[in-house]
Amino acid sequence: MLKLSRYVLYDILRNKIVLAYTLFLFIVSFSMFRMEENGSKALLSLLSIVLIVLPLVSLVFTTIHYFNSYEFIELMLSQPLSRTRILLSEYAGVCISLLSAFWMGVGIPVLVFSPDPTGLALLFTGSSLTVVFTSIAFLAAVRSKDKARGIGFALLLWFYFALIYDGLVLLTLFAFSDYPMEKFTLLLSALNPIDLGRIFIMLKMDISALMGYTGALYKDFFGSGQGVLFTAGIMGLWAVLPLWLALRSFKRKDM
Amino acid sequence: MKTFLTILCCSWTLAASGNSIIVGPGLPVRSLKKAIELAKEKDTIRLQAGLYKEGAIILTKSLTLIGENNPVLDGEKKYEILLVSGKNITVQGIVFRNSGYSAMNDYAAIKLVDCSHVTLDRNTILDAYFAIHISNSVYSIVRNNRISGVPASEQLTGNGIHLWKSDHATIENNHIQGHRDGIYFEFVTASVISNNLSEKNIRYGLHFMFSNDDIYRNNIFRNNGAGVAVMYSKKVRMEKNHFEENWGASAYGILLKDITDSYIVQNSFLKNTVGIHMEGSSRIEIRQNQFRSNGWAIKVQASCDDNVFHHNNFTGNSFDVGTNGTLVLNKFENNYWDKYEGYDMNKDGIGDIPYHPVSMYSMIVEQNPTTLMLFRSFMVSLLDKAEKAIPSLTPENLFDNKPMMKKLSL
Repeated sequence: MLKLSRYVLYDILRNKIVLAYTLFLFIVSFSMFRMEENGSKALLSLLSIVLIVLPLVSLVFTTIHYFNSYEFIELMLSQPLSRTRILLSEYAGVCISLLSAFWMGVGIPVLVFSPDPTGLALLFTGSSLTVVFTSIAFLAAVRSKDKARGIGFALLLWFYFALIYDGLVLLTLFAFSDYPMEKFTLLLSALNPIDLGRIFIMLKMDISALMGYTGALYKDFFGSGQGVLFTAGIMGLWAVLPLWLALRSFKRKDM
Repeated sequence: MKTFLTILCCSWTLAASGNSIIVGPGLPVRSLKKAIELAKEKDTIRLQAGLYKEGAIILTKSLTLIGENNPVLDGEKKYEILLVSGKNITVQGIVFRNSGYSAMNDYAAIKLVDCSHVTLDRNTILDAYFAIHISNSVYSIVRNNRISGVPASEQLTGNGIHLWKSDHATIENNHIQGHRDGIYFEFVTASVISNNLSEKNIRYGLHFMFSNDDIYRNNIFRNNGAGVAVMYSKKVRMEKNHFEENWGASAYGILLKDITDSYIVQNSFLKNTVGIHMEGSSRIEIRQNQFRSNGWAIKVQASCDDNVFHHNNFTGNSFDVGTNGTLVLNKFENNYWDKYEGYDMNKDGIGDIPYHPVSMYSMIVEQNPTTLMLFRSFMVSLLDKAEKAIPSLTPENLFDNKPMMKKLSL
């Protein structure tokens, strides 16, 4: 399995997309920290990169990679290897390359310029989102027939998680504004990894504003050790569940 | 040093003008009550170290009461420890503890009634219901006291320094914690509150009602249940105070309710849920303040008019200004806003396009607080951008016409 992952990694490094992605992240983060006079404002700008660009790149890159290495996967399937191992090696290869791109591109500047709780929360969220959206992309890719549909599906998922979901939440909150919705919003936040990661960072960044109203509830919940475990647990679930579903259909799939 | 010398001189002259009675365990006069009975006007009583449980002590003569080596007056949780009524009285260097609690009377460790020129200096007050309670008094001085209560519920805890119907009071250099309100003023005029530290009180650090012509400066109000409340007063000057870490759904750096003709100058507001909350207030000048890392720097209700905000720094606040209507009768000018994205073509340090400090999302959150959950999401920033292009929800007239390009050095 390790051997397979290594081949996948070599393959990814050879086509230089990930290198370009790393460089892009690094230049953006570095220039943000240089341009803004205080680190917290730079982190704020990086937040939108982490919440928007990271999921998008993870989704699209993974889907394209899957379809590009389709022939390689077919070749491997003819060998005495289990399907689970093949897909997991592919997943590990893509995940490791995207994660290292994130850590080199964003991790290093953040650790150099702003190694505070907010920065660390940003890195945690970024890493989790990369892992989660890679696994969601695998599900989308395995379930799709061809590359165009796969990418289309991945983009649709990105739209849903980054934009549509929040719109629906806003509508819901206004529709039921006469009812106590505080506890319910906790549930809503768990249903979207991007929201979960965002709230996790907000607890460090906007703690003063959050202390009013529902914020106190968030603070009590997410701020405690239990809440950190909850966030990590839900993120883990978001990573494992789509991957498991992908494995299931990959095993039954007629290649 | 200077104040110290003055105190020294005063106590020396007072001591010189009368006799001195020394009270202490093992001495001819063992009880403070006895000493007060024996003393004549202008005498000095020197209370030696020891524990005195004498119930309620009443002091009405013009005496100087000095504690040496921290004598302790214990109220045994039953009595009002010291009741002072008269003029030219000084109480200094004594530890008061365990004053009684009553739901009927405002029991206090030290109570001043109908006094003039009374000084309370360097006392320590522990576990009191009310610590210092002053009513109907003039020219009271409360300084260098250390007051520490045990916070229970709002009903079971009294105020740290409580003044009612007084004038010309000076409250300085005290440290108050763990009471209901740190400092409480009601019908108190022409008084000064300075250099105090009021923290961890369960309600307000400073509570101010119907008190005109007062000044408070150089105080620190930190981590109080609801910050500082200034209500129904005129001509109040608030200068160089620090309001820090007042967190909660109804916690404010300062809550201004029906305040008129006042000044808020050179204060700093750090990490409060709301820096300044204004309601029904008029003609207040707010200048040269620092607003840093607050949830909302300022919340101006539409019921405020003729207030001027100028030359303030707004940095790192989640929301700069919040309001609850579209009517704007206040003026913002020459402030520095770190969220300003304009340009300065003629290089005069003033931005060429106005800054609108009220974001659309702060209006939405005002209507429906639960939506704070979506703050900083992609959709919300899109909404904010759209609102900037075509304003519909945010008050059009609330803007800073001359925003500063660089942070002001205050």
